[in-house]
Amino acid sequence: MDKSNKSGAEALLHSLHLEGVELMFGYPGGAALHIYDAIFNQDHVDHILVRHEQGAVHAADGYARATGKPGVALVTSGPGATNAITGLATAYMDSTPVVVISGQVKSNLIGTDSFQETDMIGVSRPIVKHSFLVQRAEDIPEIVKKAFHIATTGRPGPVVIDVPKDLTDPDHKFEFTYPSEIKMRSYNPPKSGDLSKIKEAVDLIEHAKRPVIYSGGGVIQDDASDELTELARLLNFPVTNTLMGLGAFPGSDPQFMGMLGMHGTYQANMAMHNADLIVAVGARFDDRITNDPNKFSLGAKKIHIDVDAASVSKIIHADVPIVGSAKECLSVLIQEIKTRDLAIDQDQLSSWNQQISEWREAHGLNHSLLELGPQNGKILPQQVVQSLYKETEGKAFITSDVGQHQMFAAQYYHFDKPRQWINSGGLGTMGFGLPSAMGVQLAFPDETVACVTGEGSIQMCIQELSTCLQYGLPIKIINLNNAALGMVRQWQDMQYGGRHSSSTYENSLPDFVALAESYGHIGIKVSSFDDLESAMRECISLKDRLVFLDVDVDPNEHVYPMLEAGNSMDYMWLGKDKKTW
Amino acid sequence: MKRVIALLMENQPGALSRVVGLFSQRGYNIETLVVAPTTDPTLSRLTMSTQGDEKVVEQITKQLDKLIDVVMVSDLGSSDFIERELMLIKFKKDSFPRISFEDSDVVSENNEIINVQVVGTSTELDALVKEIEDSNPIEIVRSGSLGISKDANTLSIEN
Ligand SMILES: Cc1ncc(C[n+]2csc(CCOP(=O)(O)OP(=O)(O)O)c2C)c(N)n1
Ligand SMILES: [Mg+2]
Repeated sequence: MDKSNKSGAEALLHSLHLEGVELMFGYPGGAALHIYDAIFNQDHVDHILVRHEQGAVHAADGYARATGKPGVALVTSGPGATNAITGLATAYMDSTPVVVISGQVKSNLIGTDSFQETDMIGVSRPIVKHSFLVQRAEDIPEIVKKAFHIATTGRPGPVVIDVPKDLTDPDHKFEFTYPSEIKMRSYNPPKSGDLSKIKEAVDLIEHAKRPVIYSGGGVIQDDASDELTELARLLNFPVTNTLMGLGAFPGSDPQFMGMLGMHGTYQANMAMHNADLIVAVGARFDDRITNDPNKFSLGAKKIHIDVDAASVSKIIHADVPIVGSAKECLSVLIQEIKTRDLAIDQDQLSSWNQQISEWREAHGLNHSLLELGPQNGKILPQQVVQSLYKETEGKAFITSDVGQHQMFAAQYYHFDKPRQWINSGGLGTMGFGLPSAMGVQLAFPDETVACVTGEGSIQMCIQELSTCLQYGLPIKIINLNNAALGMVRQWQDMQYGGRHSSSTYENSLPDFVALAESYGHIGIKVSSFDDLESAMRECISLKDRLVFLDVDVDPNEHVYPMLEAGNSMDYMWLGKDKKTW
Repeated sequence: MKRVIALLMENQPGALSRVVGLFSQRGYNIETLVVAPTTDPTLSRLTMSTQGDEKVVEQITKQLDKLIDVVMVSDLGSSDFIERELMLIKFKKDSFPRISFEDSDVVSENNEIINVQVVGTSTELDALVKEIEDSNPIEIVRSGSLGISKDANTLSIEN
């Protein structure tokens, strides 16, 4: 036990250190200044000064997603706290372990509309897993311990610690003790699943003729990719991953059908629709997956493994619900399968796998678009992603923003490893890409970190280019510049008669090369297909510098496949004039 | 179908707002809500009634259970239980009806006003409200439902 006299601010910092925090992201202000002074006076926890609090939380989130360790952000009260809200909501929707510490006005001023006072606990309530308003400085160590415990266990999620300024006063010292363990009577996340349910699952697996393994972000969060991969290989069942789950099963493996859902592959969506058994692991059947839930895969029995009981049977009824950690449940499931001599009908299974190959051949994604050269004189956005894949040998960390570029990155970069693909799937937050890449790059200074973005999204947190210079973060920004809010325009093309209401910028875009240079980085412009691959090579080879690769891509390209709203998963647009029904 | 859900939560600032916030956030329709401390000062008991089918109630209880401040949740309707609600009614003396309800008491009376207290299930109270409509009660106040299971099951924690 660590005993010494500390102020609230010092206790906070020391508690973070004892939680293993090496790095946090933040932005100072009045209510947080005692804490900032305590940061100055210690050297365990580094502080990265961002340029906007949204960036701080996204960076902490990116760090958490890439490492599996909790990310920490520190903001001041009022505007600092409200600026952090989008970051919190992003982390909440994707269940990532982020701890946000917000300064608060002095205890005696709370409720008086004092300067820079915002009810952070109230404002953040629906978008946090839990929050704490510190009431006594002496409680800080225990609150930090609880906050990290809650953020990282069960279904992870963001936790806010709101700290009134007077409780960090350097003149008020108390004896610091850090709890070695925490028990909360009201919080006991499940670990192993019910064995009888797992046995039922094995029965269903044994009799499946058209099975699909459908896995999501929960598998990555729980570091259960090895178990998932083992299960899939053991059974020779086809696998699909959600947008959040990419990398949980190797993306370049022939057993992998690609992503499913709204912009999922033809074969993955067809397989889901026609399956007779869906083994869902760490996925939550959200609306971007199921399309109309009443028409969702009606012929399939569903096994649903999830650590969050409330996710099971929330949207789609689970025939076999298994509530527990993905890692634990999968290990037990694998053991059960191994101890029983399963009589899976291999003929049926291989004709099912054959069927999937046929679907893939008929309408799967073309992963050799680079070989086609320019299309109508233009670069396809997909070709840029393929070029990035090639030059990084499929090994880079890829963060992304939100829009067409995000979907192209998800579809065309094969993620072989968990935590390699980092994007805002649940909230769909434009502006996530660059700051989250900072978190990843700081965690992995020697790895290539690329942010696949669009000219719309990148401008939502562009100020972080300055942070990248200050800390020497050699991020590769791959801007798929279609001079439009492409995904919005795609919907306007498909559903609003091509009326492009406020989705273009009328020649008001900045010169991104000059912009990158003014921030002290390198900018490269690519307008012709012939320059694409050499520019990409140069971009990736500049190991120590941030490079902003601004690529003009075909502005008329749409993302396909795309599910037709209100139908089952086999209703897909496959091209502008091509659909499955 | 009317359902009654009871829960124990940490008696801490912010806990109630988390529970109440969850209802509006997730679009649950709450008919009545009662909160009071328990004999254990660290815990409050909250009882709510709602309309909903099995699936809705299952979701509500699961989501409530997920809140960190919520220690225990019970769908009282899952076994036999007793539901009671208290109602206070104010009448002008000259229009005071003869209430046929058995569990009713006059709790105050003067030349002008009579206040009556009635205890019953909320369905009984609904019926009574209809019945006394013609007597033009000046004010009706209802407490919301409380519930307790008939069997040995209790909503309590071992310390
Ligand atoms: C903060 C935020 N505001 C609005 C949206 C809605 N939205 C989704 S995609 C998109 C267009 C994104 O444009 P861009 O970043 O250029 O990507 P593109 O689709 O062109 O590849 C918009 C506005 C969003 N997801 N996030
Ligand atoms: Mg764009």
